Amino acid sequence: MEVALTVNGAERRHDVEPRTLLVQLLREQCRLTGTKVGCDTSSCGACTVLVDGESVKSCTMLAAQADGRAVTTIEGLGTPDSPHAVQAAFREHHGLQCGFCTAGMVMAAVSLLDEIPSPTEADVRLGLEGNLCRCTGYQNIVRAVLAASGST
Amino acid sequence: MIPAAFEYVRASSADEALAALVEHGDDAKLLAGGMSLLPLMKLRLATPAVLVDVGRVDDLSYVRDAGGHLAIGALTRHRDLETSELLAEACGVLRGVAAEVGDNQVRHRGTIGGSVAHGDPASDLPAVLLALDATFVARGPGGQRELPAASFFEGFLETALGADELLVEIRVPKSGPGGWSYQKFNRRAQDWAIVGALAARADDTMRVALVNMGSTPLRATAVESALTSGSTAAEAAAHAADGTEPPADLNATPEYREHLARVLVRRALEHAVEAP
Repeated sequence: MEVALTVNGAERRHDVEPRTLLVQLLREQCRLTGTKVGCDTSSCGACTVLVDGESVKSCTMLAAQADGRAVTTIEGLGTPDSPHAVQAAFREHHGLQCGFCTAGMVMAAVSLLDEIPSPTEADVRLGLEGNLCRCTGYQNIVRAVLAASGST
Repeated sequence: MIPAAFEYVRASSADEALAALVEHGDDAKLLAGGMSLLPLMKLRLATPAVLVDVGRVDDLSYVRDAGGHLAIGALTRHRDLETSELLAEACGVLRGVAAEVGDNQVRHRGTIGGSVAHGDPASDLPAVLLALDATFVARGPGGQRELPAASFFEGFLETALGADELLVEIRVPKSGPGGWSYQKFNRRAQDWAIVGALAARADDTMRVALVNMGSTPLRATAVESALTSGSTAAEAAAHAADGTEPPADLNATPEYREHLARVLVRRALEHAVEAP
């Protein structure tokens, strides 16, 4: 089947099997490998991307379900020269260690700040509950998100 | 993990979905948000030959004041329940428990109808709907019928819905903004409750329901009748596991679940009384 969607602002058409997962489409066909597959069971959040601006776990969504939607991955958020505010805050506050959870963490944080622009620390911890950091680097991740929101 | 191959049919209306169910019969499975079904398909525990995607039937996504009750479209997402001002005012317990389902990413995709139709005893929302005596509206080839929550959940992942029927609406009595508590015991946000206990005041009686204490969501009837006969919360909660057959799994033994049920029901009753 053909899937037509917008990925990071660019219109794309791909011929996929119906069982293709969104994360496969992004990584294998769009060659956007910033989005990671962690647990592959919608537990860890490493595969988080935005669909129409809202965070979703792309390992538990079919590419077909994203047909006609606008998908944003970590590659579409900012560039090394001009990072998104959340990316800049993760760098500034050392919100990453091994980096495997980072793309998903950042995307989940962007969605969270869209819904709660001035979160409390509790809002951030609750809002990122679907993202696991295997390095357990949560303190700095929370600091980074609060800094990006301007509420610290 | 990739699901087994299937044929994908996208329905743009309830009628199209019903037509696809008639055409494909038992081979077909409905897909809403996919938060329960897709993990099962990835694990190959579910291998439907035809997947009928109703995720874009937008006219089944709403929360409406229908006078005596609230009418909720089956494809209303948990996120939309969580942010509904009408729900916060008229049925605070459903809004509050919707905010406890999974995590943000899950709530952006998962729907109330999907949760109900899946019939998982470990899901949060079915217990609320059971406690409030909600009514489920199913549409099939022969028309529409209303199914009371009390007889809807028949067994593990089994409901009274026919294979050719689509759940279209959930009708919930108004219970007001407060007077409820949901105690969900789990290890990680996105895990199902190891045990959940709900207490909610509606029509001047305290309703108590249990999550993951049997093959279906359950009403804790022994607790409810103890409360009606004047028992304290602590006395009534001692009956929380009466008549239940909780499952054994890696997370808990049946005995541990029975203990959790008694403790969580007591907490839920105490908090529900304190709540505004």
